[in-house]
Amino acid sequence: MYTTLILVQTLNGLQFGIILFLIAAGLTLVFGVMDFINLAHGVQYMIGAYFAFAFTTWTGNFGLGLLLALPTALAFGLLLEALVFRHLYDKDHLEQVLATFGIILFLNQGVKVIWGSSPLFVPVPDFLQGSIVLFEGFFYPVYRLAIIGAGLAVAALLYVLVNYTRAGMLVRAGATNAKMVAALGVDIRRLFMIVFGFGAMLAGFAGAMVAPILSVEPGMGDNLLILAFVVIVIGGIGSIRGAFLAALIIGLVDTLGRTFAGDVLRLFLEPGAASTIGRAVAPMLIYILMAAVLFFRPAGLFPVKR
Amino acid sequence: MLDTASPAAKAPATATTPADAPAASAAPRPPLWRREALALALFAFFAVAPAIAQVGAEGYLLSLVIRAMIFAIAALSLDLILGYGALVSFGHAAFVGIGCYAVGILMAHAVPDIFVQLLVTLVASALFAFVTGAISLRTKGVYFIMITLAFGQMVYFLTTSLAPYGGDDGLTLPSRSTVLGTDVLENDTVFYYLVLACLVGVYALLRAIVGSRFGRVLRGTKENAVRMQAIGYDPYRYQLAAYVIAGMIAGLAGFLLANQLEFVSPAFISWQRSGELIIMVVLGGMGTLTGAIVGAMSFLFLEEILARITQDWKLIFGPLLVLVALFARGGILGFFRRAK
Repeated sequence: MYTTLILVQTLNGLQFGIILFLIAAGLTLVFGVMDFINLAHGVQYMIGAYFAFAFTTWTGNFGLGLLLALPTALAFGLLLEALVFRHLYDKDHLEQVLATFGIILFLNQGVKVIWGSSPLFVPVPDFLQGSIVLFEGFFYPVYRLAIIGAGLAVAALLYVLVNYTRAGMLVRAGATNAKMVAALGVDIRRLFMIVFGFGAMLAGFAGAMVAPILSVEPGMGDNLLILAFVVIVIGGIGSIRGAFLAALIIGLVDTLGRTFAGDVLRLFLEPGAASTIGRAVAPMLIYILMAAVLFFRPAGLFPVKR
Repeated sequence: MLDTASPAAKAPATATTPADAPAASAAPRPPLWRREALALALFAFFAVAPAIAQVGAEGYLLSLVIRAMIFAIAALSLDLILGYGALVSFGHAAFVGIGCYAVGILMAHAVPDIFVQLLVTLVASALFAFVTGAISLRTKGVYFIMITLAFGQMVYFLTTSLAPYGGDDGLTLPSRSTVLGTDVLENDTVFYYLVLACLVGVYALLRAIVGSRFGRVLRGTKENAVRMQAIGYDPYRYQLAAYVIAGMIAGLAGFLLANQLEFVSPAFISWQRSGELIIMVVLGGMGTLTGAIVGAMSFLFLEEILARITQDWKLIFGPLLVLVALFARGGILGFFRRAK
């Protein structure tokens, strides 16, 4: 019984980590390549979920909804880039924080005006419903497995794109030294735009994927934004590989920590105190981990070489 | 009038070559009332505000001004490390929260005395600032932003798990702090002037710190830490001291906030609150001290005014912040200084 719980929570942690990776991948590139602090990355995840809701309701089919949500999220990201972000690349971090915080306020309120403030629900598509038996006595929802599969596929695609295409090469070069890339005649602004749009689409994809298992509501991206920052800082800013591993670590530590911190502490403490302290410590675990990583490896686990 | 010729206006010139600093301060300076004209005008406004509010007979105005003054204290403390030390703390709300919960927890244990509570607030926030500052200051730039965020989130989640003290829902206080056993702070006017006195005191203290040798070293560290090290200063110790001072002052703001609302909640400590404090400082114009007060006032008053116009005020407020970031370099003070 206990083994099953551990297995289920491990899979949940993986699924959470995959979602975190989809959000963090864009964030780490925008941060690494453009040295741009984008607090509004979390609302792009939220926007993706709302687009998925809107298109799924409109077409009556989640697959179609997802297909439509992706280019819309991309277009929305590019629109934001052209309207606001493009003018912020040369500003310092604080002005970027100010502007992108303003965008969070605007979009969180914007979705409230359009879709209302109560949580919305997207049905799980028919062919991904129910649970399957992974082995004797161990069930797991198909949809969550589908998220893990889709996320891994995107990770593989990103790996190929970043490592084996010309655009990917420029992105990697940009993360190492954007000025040098510009000096060599690359249109760095266009590169920025592509990276930004792509990052927005990935975050939107993450939002669309979780729409059927979480409620879609205003502000749903705010806490994930902070987790995504934790991920990219632990992984090393600008590193996709680092973001992937850190996302899985954070997903697992957070999920398993919340379930088992009390049980682990019970080995050392009396049960009452163990569960109280466990509840207090569990949500802090990832931040303690992050502070520790920064203390011992100030540039993250996989720093981009400069 | 807005150009009060605050020391920060001259910061680049003096700070890049710290050796010049004594020479600069030896130059004839305008009298105190001209240098501090804006700050004095703000304090005068605060001093007469209760009388004006009486005419309007609306108690909420007074509580809005109290809130603005409390956040001005918190923003001032952030300006010391952000504006003068270039240390972008994204977890500053944690100190406000420590002040709040020091009051809340002591109240829950029937220790309502203001002096005990203040002492605990200041010691707790100083300790937290010392420990987290000692760790955070080993990192630089963006990593400093993120590690302070991490510590802020730790305090946030710690308070959400404090089940005996309300957990997620927060904790309602039975009363305000007592002074020598009397409940004199229950009188809103008395409380108002206590907050104003704290604001003026904090401003004067920070102005003195910024103008002192310590303040000049801090500014020099902001401009070029390596050079400061080369002439024999240890930037780390100065930054840590500034971080502890800022933490204690933000703790004081939390102490006042808990007393005003007679309620404390983890919501005061969420990362959005830390972001708002940064925005107040940047909005007003960082590295000026007066800017922090102007920023906190503008932020809260604008929020209030827009919220009266429409419940979707964030649709206006958000783009306003974007415009300030794009076009008003140096915040509100910088904008007016250039317009002059």
